[in-house]
Amino acid sequence: MANALNSITLRRLAIATVLVLGAGYALAFFAAPEDADQGFIQKIFYLHVPLATVALLGWIVAAIWAIQHLRTGDPKYDARSYVSIHISVIFGLAVLLTGAIWAKGSWGVWWEWKEPTLVSFLIVFLLYATYYPLRYAIEDRERQARYASVFAITAGAFVPLNFLAVRLAQPLVHPRTFSSAGGLPDSMLFAFLVCLAGMALLWATLVWFELDAKAASANLGRIRRRLEATT
Amino acid sequence: MIPLAIENADRYVGGAYLVFLLLLLIYVAIMAAKLSRIQRELGSLAELADRPSERLPRDVGPVRDREQEIEAVRQGDRG
Amino acid sequence: MTAFAALLSKDLRVELRTLRSLPAMALFAVTAFVIFRFGLDRTSLDGELAAGVLVPTLLFAALLAINRLFVAEREEGGFDLVRLAPVDRTVLFAAKASALVIYLVVLELIAVPIFALFFLDSASGLLPFALVLLLANIGLAATGTVISTIATMSSARDLLAPLILLPLLVPLVIAAAGAGEHLLAEGGPDYGRFGTWLGLLGLYDLIFLLVGYATFDFLLDD
Repeated sequence: MANALNSITLRRLAIATVLVLGAGYALAFFAAPEDADQGFIQKIFYLHVPLATVALLGWIVAAIWAIQHLRTGDPKYDARSYVSIHISVIFGLAVLLTGAIWAKGSWGVWWEWKEPTLVSFLIVFLLYATYYPLRYAIEDRERQARYASVFAITAGAFVPLNFLAVRLAQPLVHPRTFSSAGGLPDSMLFAFLVCLAGMALLWATLVWFELDAKAASANLGRIRRRLEATT
Repeated sequence: MIPLAIENADRYVGGAYLVFLLLLLIYVAIMAAKLSRIQRELGSLAELADRPSERLPRDVGPVRDREQEIEAVRQGDRG
Repeated sequence: MTAFAALLSKDLRVELRTLRSLPAMALFAVTAFVIFRFGLDRTSLDGELAAGVLVPTLLFAALLAINRLFVAEREEGGFDLVRLAPVDRTVLFAAKASALVIYLVVLELIAVPIFALFFLDSASGLLPFALVLLLANIGLAATGTVISTIATMSSARDLLAPLILLPLLVPLVIAAAGAGEHLLAEGGPDYGRFGTWLGLLGLYDLIFLLVGYATFDFLLDD
């Protein structure tokens, strides 16, 4: 029963994602005006910043699932935490790649240490990348899940602190930021918000999808064990 | 500040969106592989589930013989 | 004697008797200074270069201590002792973190004067810098104890702890090196953004002491 319900939700999520994300990018390219300072290259903003925002929120969500896991011991929260981190790491990779392309197009360099968001993201990405070796290094399933949850909580607390620290480290004058989200004309802001919503839906769809696949594999494993026991 | 490579802006924007699309497609490909693995596993489990019904009569045979013995004795008692 | 005092004094007594961490840490730091002298081809450092050599060196020496933090427990079954005893497991966290702070302070008492001897023209910035280092030590101890516990129970423990810890310690490096850049400046200490860095360090310490305190129990459950 639960699986049937899940697949309906997954389908709805996927459809919503396509609609909202499609609308967002249509708005970004056809309705929003071209940026006066940066020109056409500013269009990357509608991709890079929503990806980054959703990735970060995803890691925070993972920390919340992890807290639930530690409080209740229910393995479903561990699965949700793991998949949330996983999808956010993939989004994070996209952030770094699109950020590098944007930097190259804006300033002629593939990397810019003076861009605080990009640098913060690199550090956070490096941290969450250690999540996988951490999990593989602990064999006992229950302990692995518990330790992963502690990690997810620690890392989640780290994210905002890291962004603050990197921002403080920038030279006080002339940090090179891609753009500020504040001070955007309405049409740009609206397009951005729709893209942001679309990315959030994409994230949720992928997380749901992956959780479903994991559940299916786990069920199959159980069935196989049951069948092999009775033959 | 005048952005560099103003003529190539299209390429960079296109490149960025392409990277995103490629990552998404790679993810879909990996999930498709997982799905086909699940299908194969499901297939082999279906086979496993069908097979034992051939063996059961043999296994249950001695039990059924014994049941008939007990039934015969019980009928003998009644009669 | 409270459980905290008992655990802490046990650790310190063992370290004093066996000296398994501190001499290595100090030796590592001093050797690293020599390597930097040749690597940078400089005999005098100030400002950002001074901070850039001192802070990472202290950090890597600290990683040595963190890797060895639970060696005794692992080899002699000390974890089981704490699990069986009717103590709040967070006491172990407090004791281990405090021991780590003490090791780091002792390390700095040895390494920083030697650094000054090797590279600094004036030592006037060192006293305020000591405050910066103390706050950084607390943050390092909080995060280090949690991650060390996680790594101890895993199979790749020597590799895992530094791997996870280094990104987590970046804010500390930013703050300590940022403060050091001004305090060890050529013309004498400059208190430019001193408050900012102290604030960042304090915030980091607070957050990760809380995180460690809240989650440590779950690391020892079995």
